[in-house]
Amino acid sequence: MTNSYTPHTENDIREMLAVVGVKEIEALFDHIPPELRAKSFNLDEALSEFEMLKKLNQLSSNPGAQTVQFMGGGFYDHFIPATVDALVSRGDFYTAYTPYQPEASQGTLQALYEYQSCVSNLFGMDVSNASLYDGGTALAEAVLMAFRAVKNRNTVVIDASVNPLYRSIVSSYLAPLGYKIVEIEPKDYMLDREKLKKALDRDVCSVVLQNPNFFGAADDFTDIAELVHSAGALLVLSVYPLSLGMLKSPGEMNADIAAGEGQSLGQPLSFGGPYLGIITAKEQYIRTMPGRIVGRTADKDNRDAFVLTLQPREQHIRREKATSNICSNQGLCALRTLVYLSLMGKSGIKEVCSTIYAKTQYAKEQLSTLKSVIVSPYASFNEFTIELPADASELWNKAVEKGVSIGIPLGGFYPGKTKTLLVSITEKRSKAEIDLLVKTIREAL
Amino acid sequence: MVYPDNLRYSSSHEWAEITGKTAKIGISDFAQHSLGDIVFIELPEIGREVKAGDAVCEIESVKAASSIYTPLSGKIAAVNNTLADAPELINQKPYESYIFTLELSNPGEADKLLDSKKYAELCEKEAGSH
Repeated sequence: MTNSYTPHTENDIREMLAVVGVKEIEALFDHIPPELRAKSFNLDEALSEFEMLKKLNQLSSNPGAQTVQFMGGGFYDHFIPATVDALVSRGDFYTAYTPYQPEASQGTLQALYEYQSCVSNLFGMDVSNASLYDGGTALAEAVLMAFRAVKNRNTVVIDASVNPLYRSIVSSYLAPLGYKIVEIEPKDYMLDREKLKKALDRDVCSVVLQNPNFFGAADDFTDIAELVHSAGALLVLSVYPLSLGMLKSPGEMNADIAAGEGQSLGQPLSFGGPYLGIITAKEQYIRTMPGRIVGRTADKDNRDAFVLTLQPREQHIRREKATSNICSNQGLCALRTLVYLSLMGKSGIKEVCSTIYAKTQYAKEQLSTLKSVIVSPYASFNEFTIELPADASELWNKAVEKGVSIGIPLGGFYPGKTKTLLVSITEKRSKAEIDLLVKTIREAL
Repeated sequence: MVYPDNLRYSSSHEWAEITGKTAKIGISDFAQHSLGDIVFIELPEIGREVKAGDAVCEIESVKAASSIYTPLSGKIAAVNNTLADAPELINQKPYESYIFTLELSNPGEADKLLDSKKYAELCEKEAGSH
């Protein structure tokens, strides 16, 4: 073997090259112009397995690896019970895809069907699909769904306090389609209802809001649903799924389509993914929904059976008129969410929400005792902003040296807000860690 | 297959029952038979101005999803709401189950449509090619 990770011998390689009719491996890259090909790679010498383990152990025992995390912004450091890993690691579930002969895999379909049922319940909506990639793409698909459901309208109005990453995904999706995006600047970190009213003309197809919004402000958009509906448009909500154990659900607010990032429900942060895109809707819009939907039926012997349903929406049947070219889902991540929700149950979700809320209130109170810091006054579930007397990025750099990642400096997302920090709290943050946050900020100022 | 003589047909398998300046539009016996069990129809929007050949709505069967093309130009005057809850009526009685009615903007276009004899020949040819 030439190295540990590719099993081919020199002889194997020679034989394969002979079959394809080239002399050397390099020749396989001939169609890439020479000036675009790397001459060399700036990499260290390869390590043996033993050396690699030693290096990784050193890295993980580095104090930096134990940084106390107060960064959130849509992705949170939640506790995941060990049962989640144990159950989803069963070999039976080892594929991230809906199988290509789906009905032969009744277990996978049943898991996805139950995922859809759990998520619809949590969101208070009629229907859910079998999942999408992540919260941002799910929101973009929700906006496209609205354009299919309400014809001949070409504008989407988005609150600028929707996660900036999601807004950038939405605009990437919409840019080539010729739709118009109108952003509403928030007022005191909350939706500016007056500005929204003015923006609601006859070309508006949907209004996109987030709860809690990117600044952590928790709101009730029931009044907005009525306003939006009377203008003939749809209300699209992006929500933080775990918060629905405490906050009003999209269904209770009478939203038409609701999306969310499923990371909070049993997915590790793992450097940004894979996560889980949740999308739900009122039943009347199910035919405009993208992706796969699992349905329950009975077989010829009248036993329960699961099928992929409403497939004429999908690209293998409707071709270029499909609702979306999304044909896969996050099967394994959806399964993690199903296991997480099943373990927690209704009471467990409520309990974890109460814990998060109480800890967040404690953090806000404690930070308010710092003289030069202004804690935002709006209602928060798990996240809030603070105004600092100094540049937030510089402060973060100082604090992280002490092992505390104090939050997200907002200057990178909102140019005027260089002194604003977004702080997030999860059930994992102890009183001692919150006290350390306050102490670290006090000392860094 | 039945192709009533009082109707005109398009090569994309819609029928039109023309009365003066209005027309009822549906899909033919051949079309419903090719589609199989129809499970859903998205009815067109009332008031929309359409040109002959425009795709105006979608129909889904257990094995396919297809567009329905208007064989004549005009304004969509009414839709057959009964079909929204009972799309299978199109399979059962294709010529009684009109999908929409048109106020014709150019009744002369009807001359370009096929009569039942020519349409029957077209269907026979298409059926043979499958």
